Amino acid sequence: MLSAMKANMMMAAAAKPAGGGDVEKVFAPFDVSYFPSQIFWLLLSFFVLYFLLSRIFLPRISETLEERSSRIADDLDAASRMQREAEEAEKAYERALADAKAKAHNVAETTRQSVDAEIATELEAADAEAARQAEAAEARIRQVRAKALANIESVAAEAAQATVEALTGKSVTAATVKSALN
Amino acid sequence: MIAAGLDPISQFDLKKMAELKVGNFDLSFTNSALMMVVTVGCILAWMLLSTGKRSLVPGRAQSIAEVSYEFVADMIRSTAGKDGLRFFPFVFTLFVFILFANLLGMIPFFFTITSHIIVTVVLAMMVMILVVVYGVYKNGFGFLKLFWPSGVPFVLKALLVAPIEVISFLSRPVSHSIRLWANMFAGHILLKLFAGFAVMMFAAGGLTMAGSFVPYVLVLALTPLEFLVAFVQAYVFALLTCVYLSDALHPGH
Repeated sequence: MLSAMKANMMMAAAAKPAGGGDVEKVFAPFDVSYFPSQIFWLLLSFFVLYFLLSRIFLPRISETLEERSSRIADDLDAASRMQREAEEAEKAYERALADAKAKAHNVAETTRQSVDAEIATELEAADAEAARQAEAAEARIRQVRAKALANIESVAAEAAQATVEALTGKSVTAATVKSALN
Repeated sequence: MIAAGLDPISQFDLKKMAELKVGNFDLSFTNSALMMVVTVGCILAWMLLSTGKRSLVPGRAQSIAEVSYEFVADMIRSTAGKDGLRFFPFVFTLFVFILFANLLGMIPFFFTITSHIIVTVVLAMMVMILVVVYGVYKNGFGFLKLFWPSGVPFVLKALLVAPIEVISFLSRPVSHSIRLWANMFAGHILLKLFAGFAVMMFAAGGLTMAGSFVPYVLVLALTPLEFLVAFVQAYVFALLTCVYLSDALHPGH
């Protein structure tokens, strides 16, 4: 409908100047006398624009676009590389942690062993010392007992001598008493 | 009856602003030439503004330029294929030139250069000549395969398809130029007519004055439509240029 309306208007518009009567007025959009000027200025301005756009401005825009897309690609690359590095670092950390744990275990083990050995030697030494002292004490006890036994003999002899003297009134020699007792 | 200022045709009149004669040719600088210069100037100003900083994160002007760039590049890629991109500067220039010319013509009292048939004919002929010259340069006689499509029976091809193809090829610059010209011309006539009606009816007073809101509302509705037409026609012109160039690149269909 719109196009039909347009066509009507065009016809009306085209008819009007001709019907105007006075000076024979050319329908402006088809005015042949201006064609050279129109063509000349159109080609001039169009090719100036074409030259400037194709030589200067469009390369600038495409450069910017390419730079941006390559920058984005680079950034993505860098991000994935960093992620990989982070993963590697984590792995290395875990490995180091495991190593440290193993080493700490070893140290603890050897320390425990050396401490145990030390304790054992000290115990041994202490045992030996204790045994030696016990021996010495036993020897002294034996000595003291022997002395005490010896004393008991002489005391008994003296007591027997005194008893014999008191009962019989005769004195007996110590040697007699001793032989009599044994 | 219609006053001279309300004549819907007078907006297309050419006025000489500076005389210039070369031989027999009158190359005078006219209001049309002035608008061509203004159009080119506006595009260059936009480009300067948008490619001045060239930052990685684009500003407003820069992203408009980049979106336009991608828009035209995608248009070429989808119609003429990747190798069509060699014509990118030409198609981009055509697109922005026509778009800016159409849009600047929408400003009141500004001349619309695409409302003159010779302008659109020159633009269409540039495309046509480029298609023929590049098509022959690249394909030699193979370019004639354009009129001799494969997969059609010989008799049918010779009697029916080839003549139709030739006619359709030859009528391309005609339809290409008239489409753009007629749209711009008719749109401006419509706007001017309804605006003129609104003013006349309002001036007449009485009941007609009350009725003047009808053409006024029409002008109001047509104005955004004309902006749309201004863009769509620039787009269609560039798109068809891509389609024609695709024939020059791949004439075998």
